[in-house]
Order: sequence, then structure tokens, then C-alpha cells
Amino acid sequence: MQEKLLEVKNLRTYFHTFKGVVKAVDGISFSLGKGEILGIVGESGSGKSVTCFSILKLIEEPGKVQADEIWFQGKDITAASEKEMTKIRGKDISMVFQDPMTSLNPLYTIGKQIEEMLILHEPQMDKDQRKKRCIELLNAVGIPNAEQQLKAYPHQFSGGMRQRVVIAIALAANPKLIIADEPTTALDVTIQAQILKLMKKLVQERQASLILITHDLAVVSEMVDRVIVMYCGKIVEQGPVDKIINEPSHPYTIGLLDSIPRLRKEQDRLDFIPGMVPNMYDLPSGCLFAPRCKGCKDVCRNREPEMKTVGSNHSAACHFPRIDY
Amino acid sequence: MGKKIKGFFQSETFFRYRHNIPAMVGTLFIVIAVFVALFGRQLLAVQNPYDLTQLDLANAYLPPMWMEGGSPQFPLGTDNQGRDIFSAIIYGSVSSLTIGICGMTCACLIGTTLGLISGYFGGVIDAVIMRIADIQLSFPSMFIALFILSVVGQGIDKLLIALVCVGWVTYARTVRGATLSVKKMEYIEASKTMGLPNFLIIVRHVMPNVVSSVIVLATIQMGDFILTEAALSFLGVGVPVTEPSLGLLVKSGFDVLFSGMWWTSVFPGLYIMLLVFGINLVGDFLRDELNPKLK
Repeated sequence: MQEKLLEVKNLRTYFHTFKGVVKAVDGISFSLGKGEILGIVGESGSGKSVTCFSILKLIEEPGKVQADEIWFQGKDITAASEKEMTKIRGKDISMVFQDPMTSLNPLYTIGKQIEEMLILHEPQMDKDQRKKRCIELLNAVGIPNAEQQLKAYPHQFSGGMRQRVVIAIALAANPKLIIADEPTTALDVTIQAQILKLMKKLVQERQASLILITHDLAVVSEMVDRVIVMYCGKIVEQGPVDKIINEPSHPYTIGLLDSIPRLRKEQDRLDFIPGMVPNMYDLPSGCLFAPRCKGCKDVCRNREPEMKTVGSNHSAACHFPRIDY
Repeated sequence: MGKKIKGFFQSETFFRYRHNIPAMVGTLFIVIAVFVALFGRQLLAVQNPYDLTQLDLANAYLPPMWMEGGSPQFPLGTDNQGRDIFSAIIYGSVSSLTIGICGMTCACLIGTTLGLISGYFGGVIDAVIMRIADIQLSFPSMFIALFILSVVGQGIDKLLIALVCVGWVTYARTVRGATLSVKKMEYIEASKTMGLPNFLIIVRHVMPNVVSSVIVLATIQMGDFILTEAALSFLGVGVPVTEPSLGLLVKSGFDVLFSGMWWTSVFPGLYIMLLVFGINLVGDFLRDELNPKLK
């Protein structure tokens, strides 16, 4: 087993609103090895992004983050103060956001924005070193003519180029972990593959780890080593990517995969998951997926399933996981 | 720095500014007013109208020089104490401009700071600041200024305090609104994940994005402050009678306005009007220029 970079145990992020408590993330545990690429998959509102913001402790009122343990680089950061967290943010863990159109400040040049990260986290660098590093970074993310582009403003760049700049900023301080929150959703399909390949390459070169949040299973199957499937703030299945894609155990994962059109399969209609995501203020008792599950039995409605091991490193939270492959 | 200044003169904004006739007219008024305030005393004034030894009661109520009985020594006529109106306007414009500029700057700094804090942090701080602003807005600003002045007394410094107390609210509310929308932008979230401390996020990322609305407000409010100063002095609570002020000049002529001695009131009033008009013309240009939606 490779060395662990991040280990989260029983993370709970609840939003206490007037209408009631929303359990955006409810008791999830996972770990991430050094150099590993982890994919977190789930539909909108399943708590993928909240999980990542919780690790960075950037949840705003009325949200509250609680966890038994969060280990990062062998240090327990569960109770870390805001001051300690500002040292971790950007330096050790950095983020890439969904929409490159709004994640750069329109008032500053590209160079200034990359430099800001360096000023903050590499204070020993002088001006020339910073400039050199900025050019290096822009070259690394594949922006031609880097030296001139440092003086360009974000509006002069296309979406794909801006996302490259955002990635360059995220890489600037050589972080150990990069969290990419749907980094390709706002991009055009032809650019998506390029950006993903670039991210994978850069992360591997630097031996950093990557958490890739997405709802696109195609992205997951190409990019990641391990997958976590989330539903209503809980992990329903986790395991190596080939197991999840080829031998899914949880009915939710099976449903998700069945709702993707297959090139080689003759099909009149696409399968889909019936029903709607439950209201987060009023979650069903027992298994959260029970109301929509084809194989739902009485026990599913009454008792919440625990994580069961269904293969090596592969587990699913279901009373009746499918294992007959 | 030199490069930046050169860049500004070659920029599109400056080009549009130069070709915008109202803005240029406004600038002309402002430049003249500033020149008059800075150098008028030495270069243009006939006498120091606030030095009693230079006044002669025999010259009281002389009409402007182009009217019958006017004297070329007093181009715009004199008031009840034989004061030259032209010189009095020059002296009075200094205090008007001082109050306009200083009051605007102080109100702007205080209001913007409070608005940024209120919008960025939200919660209790926001509630407290905005409720104070709401309470203040529920009274007419003139009433608050009158109240403050009647408590602290007269004088330019006290007038400034009153104007700032009245004026900060507009900034705070505008800036808070702008901050709320900027705060939602992903680049602010991104700078949080970069580990930038709140203070730096506000100063470097939020403030530059809300500053355009502040500039517009500031120009408009400068005109407003000059008017309020004049009004308060006219009402007799602003600048003390011994000091020069345009509002006081209007007031001193007001009593005799209908007895034919209109010049004592009209010329200072006209000067206030032109000055505020010029400022507003420039303010209008800035509002159009800095609002991306109107481009």
C-alpha cells in the first residue's frame, strides 16, 4: 500500500437552516495515497464540492464541519486554526474551479495573478525569480509565447486558455494535493480532453495527488485511479476505476452507468434511474437510494446499509450488492 | 509610473473624455473654480472683504459696474457693508471647495471601508452597520446636519463632521451591494483557497472591483456637499459669519433681494450653481464611462 497523503474519517458537514438541518455531507471516510488520482462522482447536490471545501475548512455559515479525524501529510488538521489553514491552502492544497470565466480576477494581468500565489507562499523568491517561475508555469500548461502573455488580461484569453492559467496558478506553489472541482464542465468538448490530459501529466510529473470532482463518468474512466460514488451526502460505492466501471456493485452506480449510451450495444431506449433525488430536508429512512432502487426490499427501507467489501479495495453501501460478474 | 500616466493619456477613456463636450465644459468650470480658489486671493481680489479695515460703509449696496451708479472698482457690486461681491465670492469659494473635497474624501473613505466590511463579512457586523445606516436614512439629511451642528456649534471643521456623518451612508450602502455581488465571484473563492488572508482579499480583489461605483458617487456627492454647505450656512448654522462662505453671501443679500439689490444674492448663487453643474457634468460622464452595461 502506498503512503497516505490524506485520510478523512467520518466527515460531516451540516447546514443548519431555518427549514431544518441539511446533511450535505454525512459521515464519509476515504483516503488518498501520494500521487494518486481520485475521482468523486455524483449528481448535483450529492455533496462532492462540499466535501472538498470541508477539507479546506471553507464552509460558510450556517454550515458546520465536523470530523473524527482529517489527516493530511501525517498531521491531524481536524482542529487546525484558521491561521494554520491559510498556510495549507494554496501551499499544500490548491483548487481548480469549474468556470474559468469567473475564476480569474478581470482587473489583473495573468502574470500578476500567478505572482500573487508566489508572493504569498514562496516569500524567499525575488522579482526576477518569480517572473522566471511564472514563465515556466505558463510553458508547462502549454501557453505559447509565455513572456508576452504575462501582461495579458483574462478577457484576452479563451476559456481553455484561462483554465490553463488557473491550473498554472494552482501548481505555482508546488502543492501536494490539487482539488479540481469539475474543471472541464464549462469547457468545450474538444478542449476538455486536452485539459484533462494536461492535468494528469502535470500532476504525475510533480508527484502530487489529485481529487477530481465530476459528474462525467467518461472523464472518470480515463483519468483516475480510484473512484468514490456519492449520493445524498454519503459514499455509496468506492473502488478502483476498472472495477467501478466494469463491475459496479451498488444499484446507483449500475443505474448511472446504464444511463450512458453504449456504442456497441443495440438499444431502443436508454435506461434511466426512476424517481427524483430526495429532498435534502426530508431524507428517507433506511437506505437513501431505496425509493428509486429496482431491487429494493423491506430491509432497505428500514435499516441503513453499511459499507461492505465486495472485492479487493472495493466496497459498496448496499444490503444486496451485485457481485455476480 | 510615468509609463502609466502616458498610457492613460493614450487610453480610450481619455479619448472619449476629450470628445465629450459636456464633460469638457464641466472640467472647464472645475478648473476655473480651482484656479480661483488657489490664486484668486492674490491675483483677482480687489480687497479682503473680511478685513474690516478695508471696508467703507459709504460703498454699501453699490450695483454691478455695468449698471448706473456702479463703480469699476467693484465689478459685481457690493453688499450692505460695502464688501466687494466679486472678492467675497473668491474668498467664499475657498471654503466651499475645501468642504466639498475634504468632506467627500472623508465620507468616501469611511463609507467605503464600512461598506466593504459589512458586505464581505456579513452577519452581525453587517446587521449593525446597515441598521445604523437605515436609521440615518429615515431622517432627512439636512435635519441630521442641523441637529449635529446645533449640538457641536459652528465652524468649518464642525460642518465637515456633520457632512461626513450624513454622507457616509450612501457609500456604505452602494459599496456593500457591490461587495455582495463581487464576493460571489469565483475568483474571490479562488483567492480564499489560495490562502490569501481576508484583509488582502478585500484590499486587492474586492475593492478594485467596487471602486468604479464609488468614484461616480464621490463626484456627485462633492457637488451635493457644496450645496449642503451653502444651505446650512444660509440657515445660519454652518460657517460663522466672520468667515467667508458662499451660502452666507446668499443669505446676507436675501433680505434685500426684493428691494432691487439682487446682486448680493444672485452672483454667489450663480457661482455655486455653475460649480455644482460642472462637477455633475463630469460625474455624469464618469457614470456612463465606468458602467460597463452602458457601453
